[in-house]
Amino acid sequence: MKTSMLKATVALATLAALSSPALAQTTLTIESWRNDDLATWQEKIIPAFEAKHPDIKVVFSPTAPTEYNSALSAKLDAGSAGDLVACRPFDASLALYDKKQLADLSALPGMENFSAVAKTAWSTDDGSQTFCVPMAAVLHGFMYNKAAFAELSVQPPKTEAEFFALLDKIKENGTYVPLAMGTKDQWEAATMGYQNIGPNYWKGEEGRKALIEGKQKLTDADWEKPFETLAKWGPYLGDGFEAQTYPDSQNLFTLGRAAIYPAGSWEIATFEAQADFEIGAFLPPVQNAGDTCYISDHPDIALGLNAASPNQEAAKTFLSWVASPEFAEIYANAAPGFFPLIDKPVTLENALAKEIVAWREQCQPTIRSTYQILSRGTPNLENETWTASANVINGTETPQAAAEKLQKGLDSWYKPGEAVPAKAN
Amino acid sequence: MTDRPKARPRWHIAVFLAPALLVYTVVMLVPLMQTLLLALENVRDGQRVFVGLDNFRMLFGDPRFSEGFWNALANNVYFFVLHMLIQNPIGISLAALLSVPRLRGVAIYRTALFLPTILSFVIVGFLWKLLLSPLWGVAPNLLGAVGLKSLFAPWLGQEAYALTTVSLVSIWQFVGIPMMLIYAALITIPNEVIEAAECDGITGLKQFFKIKLPLILPTIGLVGVLTFVGNFNAFDLIYAMQGALAGPNFSTDILGTYLYRIFFGFQLQAGDRYMGAAVATAMFVIILIGVCFYLFVIQRRMRRYQM
Repeated sequence: MKTSMLKATVALATLAALSSPALAQTTLTIESWRNDDLATWQEKIIPAFEAKHPDIKVVFSPTAPTEYNSALSAKLDAGSAGDLVACRPFDASLALYDKKQLADLSALPGMENFSAVAKTAWSTDDGSQTFCVPMAAVLHGFMYNKAAFAELSVQPPKTEAEFFALLDKIKENGTYVPLAMGTKDQWEAATMGYQNIGPNYWKGEEGRKALIEGKQKLTDADWEKPFETLAKWGPYLGDGFEAQTYPDSQNLFTLGRAAIYPAGSWEIATFEAQADFEIGAFLPPVQNAGDTCYISDHPDIALGLNAASPNQEAAKTFLSWVASPEFAEIYANAAPGFFPLIDKPVTLENALAKEIVAWREQCQPTIRSTYQILSRGTPNLENETWTASANVINGTETPQAAAEKLQKGLDSWYKPGEAVPAKAN
Repeated sequence: MTDRPKARPRWHIAVFLAPALLVYTVVMLVPLMQTLLLALENVRDGQRVFVGLDNFRMLFGDPRFSEGFWNALANNVYFFVLHMLIQNPIGISLAALLSVPRLRGVAIYRTALFLPTILSFVIVGFLWKLLLSPLWGVAPNLLGAVGLKSLFAPWLGQEAYALTTVSLVSIWQFVGIPMMLIYAALITIPNEVIEAAECDGITGLKQFFKIKLPLILPTIGLVGVLTFVGNFNAFDLIYAMQGALAGPNFSTDILGTYLYRIFFGFQLQAGDRYMGAAVATAMFVIILIGVCFYLFVIQRRMRRYQM
C-alpha cells in the first residue's frame, strides 16, 4: 500500500515536472517586504502585465518588513530566492550587487525613463551602474488642516518669515497647537524636521554632493542653519512635546487639534482615512521670496533581478514593464504618497497626492543627505542626526554644538575620496 | 582480614548527569565560549582575524565607542543604586507588613503587589508611557485635580528625569520579587524566637530590627545580588519605553540597550558582531565581579543563625 502510494506520488511529480515546459509558460516570483501591497499586486499590477504577456506568469510573494533583509540574503546565498527582488535603497542593495547577487540593469530598456537622482539609491557610488528599477519615492513638506486655516483666515506660507508669523498667529489664537511634532522618537525631528527644511539651505544635490566630496562640512552655515531654524520650533510644538511620540503627533493632527504637520507623503492614505477635515500641503518655506526651492524626494523602493535566476529574459521583460509609465500609474494610484520616480507624466487621482507631486515641477529634488555613503561608519551619521535634531529642538544642545558633534563624528571615520565598502545589515 | 571488594565503576552517576550536562553545554557553555572568542576577533581587510584585545582597547579607549560605553555603564550604576535604595527597602517593608499575624486579606495584598512582576514588560512600558503622556495621560489631569498641575513635566522626554522615571517604573514592576523572597524568609522564623523576644519585652519595630532583620540578612543579601544581576542585564523595559536609541540624548542608555545597538545595528547602522561580543564580554565580566564580590566578601562575613 505504502509503496504504491509512493509510486503514484513520484509518477505525479514527474508528470507535473514534465508538463510545465509543455505549457511554455515562465513563472516569475517577486520577493518584497511590502505585504501591505499584496492585494494591489494580485488584483491590479499582475493582471495588467499578464494581459500583455500571456506567456509569463507572475507571483508576488512578500515577507514581513522586519525580516526581509535577512530572509532575502539567506535565500540568495542558498539559491532559493525569487527571480525578482524588491530593493531597499542604498547600502542594503548595493552590498547585494557587490556580492554579484543582483544583476546589472544599466542597459535595460526603459531605464532611460529615470533621472540620475532617481537612480542614485540603486546605483554604484560613481553612478556608472544601476541594478534596480526605481519604483517609488516619498516627498517631504508640510500638511495643514484646511478647516483650521479657514477659521483663522490664514494662508499657507511661502517664506520662512511668513511661516513663523503664521505660527505666531496660530499660537496667539490658542485653538490649535501650531505644529504637531514630538521629539521623543527622535527620527521625527531629523526626518520631518532637519531633512524636510534642510535642502533649501544646502541647495539640495549641490550641497549633498559637496558634503560627500568633502568640499563642505556640517559646520558650514548651509548645514548649521537648518538646526538654528529647528531650535525656533520648540515653542510652537504641543505641551510636553519632549515626550510626544510619532503616533501621538499623527493623532494630534488627525483629531483636528493641531494646525500644521511636518509630513512625509506616506501619510496621505492614513490621514485621509482618519481626518474628517480637508488636508492641504505646502512646501518647506524658502528663506527669501523668489529663492529656488529644494525638496526631499527620497527613494524608497525598487525592483531588481536575481543574478542567479534561470528566467533572465522573462524577468527583464517584466522589469522593462515596471520601468514604463503604465506601471507607474497603477502603482502610484494604488498607494497614494508613494510617488513614481519616472520622468514621464503620470496621472494621479488623489488630490492631495497631486498637489504634493506637483512640487517636483517647481523645485529641485534631492535625497536625504545622510543616506548615501555617509552612514557607513561608526558613529552613524543618520542616527547621530536623529539625536542632534531632537536635542536642538529640546533646547539641550546649541545648533553650533550639534553641528560640531556631527562633523567630528563623521571626520573620525570618513575620508572624502576614499572608498568605503557598503555593509549589509 | 578479608580483601575489600574492588569498587565498581559507578556509571550511573555519569548516565544521570549526562542529559543535564549535555543540554547545558550545548545551550549555555558553547555559545558563551563562542561569544568570548568572537570578542577577540575582528575583520581586517575583509578577513576575519584574531586581534587579541584590540576590540576592548577600542571599546574603552576610542571615543567612538567608549563615550557610549561609559555613559551606559554610569547610567546602569545609577539604575542599580536606585533599585537598591528604593525597591529593596520597600520590598522589605511590604514583606514585614504582610507577615504581621492577624492581618486580614494577606492573600489579596500579596497578589496585588506581585501582579506587576508577572506582566510583560511590553504592557508595563506601554501602560506607563500612556499614563505619563502629556497629551492623553492621566498623570497631568490627576495632578491638576489636586492643584499641582505645575509639577507635571514630560519626564520621559527630559534628559534630567528620564532615567529616574524609567527606574521608578522598573521598581514598580519588580518590587514583588524582594517582597516575596523576604516574606518567605520572615514566615520561617520560628514562633518560639518571637515569643522569647516578647517575654523579654521586645515588640513592634524594635522586634523587627533586633530579631527578625538579623535572621533574614542572608535573604536580603541574595535579593541584593539578584537585583544586581537583573539590573546589569536589563534591556526590555528601556527598549519598550524609550526605544533602542534610549533617548533623550542617550540619557536612559544602559549596557543592554548599548549592546543591542552595537550587536544588531540600528536603522542605517550596520550590526557589528565583533564589537558586540566585546560589549557582551564586558557585561559578563562586570556581573561576574559583582557576584564574586558578594560570594567571597559579603556572604562569608554574614552570620547565620540556627533557627
